[in-house]
Amino acid sequence: MVTDDALLERARAAAASVTDPELPPLTVEDLGILRDVRLNDGIVEVSITPTYSGCPAMREITDGIAAAVRNSGAEQVRVRLVLSPAWTTDWLTDIARAKLLDLGIVPPEPGRPLQTLFDRPALACPRCQSTNTEQVSAFGSTACKALHRCLNCREPFEEFKCH
Amino acid sequence: MTSTSIKLNETPQTRAYLSLADDALILGHRTSEWTGHAPLLEEELALANIALDLIGQARALYQAAGDLTGHSEDELAYLRDPPMFRNALIMELPNGDFAFTIARLFLVSVASDQQWRRGFDDPALVAVADKAMKETAYHIRHAAEWLIRLGDGTDESHRRAQQAVDTLWPFTGEITAARQTWLDAVTPVLARATLRQPKDGWMQSGGRSGRHTEHLGHLLAEMQILPRTYPGATW
Repeated sequence: MVTDDALLERARAAAASVTDPELPPLTVEDLGILRDVRLNDGIVEVSITPTYSGCPAMREITDGIAAAVRNSGAEQVRVRLVLSPAWTTDWLTDIARAKLLDLGIVPPEPGRPLQTLFDRPALACPRCQSTNTEQVSAFGSTACKALHRCLNCREPFEEFKCH
Repeated sequence: MTSTSIKLNETPQTRAYLSLADDALILGHRTSEWTGHAPLLEEELALANIALDLIGQARALYQAAGDLTGHSEDELAYLRDPPMFRNALIMELPNGDFAFTIARLFLVSVASDQQWRRGFDDPALVAVADKAMKETAYHIRHAAEWLIRLGDGTDESHRRAQQAVDTLWPFTGEITAARQTWLDAVTPVLARATLRQPKDGWMQSGGRSGRHTEHLGHLLAEMQILPRTYPGATW
């Protein structure tokens, strides 16, 4: 007989270990997508929040969490999508920021102007640290990223947009 | 799910939800039509991303509306006939050229941004707005930067951008209830783009009460054909 506490503990660890299909080294916990795991009348209830309204990875993340929690021994699991409070890049953990840099993705810089037209400060290249960089595209391979290139080391790199 | 059209008994509250949701869905669908046709790769990414944001916002709003109407998001999107759609007419106009697409995105995004920021009494709408306002701010920036480049670009790009703004202007009466606030945000960008701001005159309307242009039926025919033909289809 597994106690509720032990079941919940295992379910929480299982849910937290699920990774983002677009950024496999990062878990849903690193990204701040995982909001809550609780036990309600024998059912494990997991709450997650989307990064962007239309983030296509949410479906896969939902299925991944349901499977992981079931594999941890829970018989019933429900994954809920909550919108409030709205996700912000401030919820990225320090581990997440370090992992992003490792991947060549500049983590979001809080306070980076969202509304200013044209004149935004250049980002530092995650490889050579040069600030001689330019934005190639305001939108990138996923909803949460923009594309830049370093004019010093000539490598392209991505930016996790501040949100 | 059946393929038969649904009819709703709308209350002012459900109508408010559907106006927001239909605006986002129809503009999202129009924007997605650029996929594969955008003038350059970066713009392909941008328009696809913006469409994704808009359709994501629509989904959240339909889910909230579903709690009131008892209909699923899919039923609301796929099983209503054109007169049941509450979107403003400007959303359904065909994309035209790139200047028209960008000018519309700019004019509409400014209105959306202000609507999200004004807030709502309804907590379900506040939750959607808190999320959507950051996305919309990014859309404004992208569209405004393009509009300035086009307006202040070559003779040809200026001509097309001016034509787009002139054509769209009579459709902007439906997208905001706070005209002066909206103008305060639009005017400086038009000026920087060296575009002439049309005078406010007669305004086209009808979308909110279901009197649409002929373009919406064609858009919905394409968007709805699959679930109407194969009810409940999944993949």
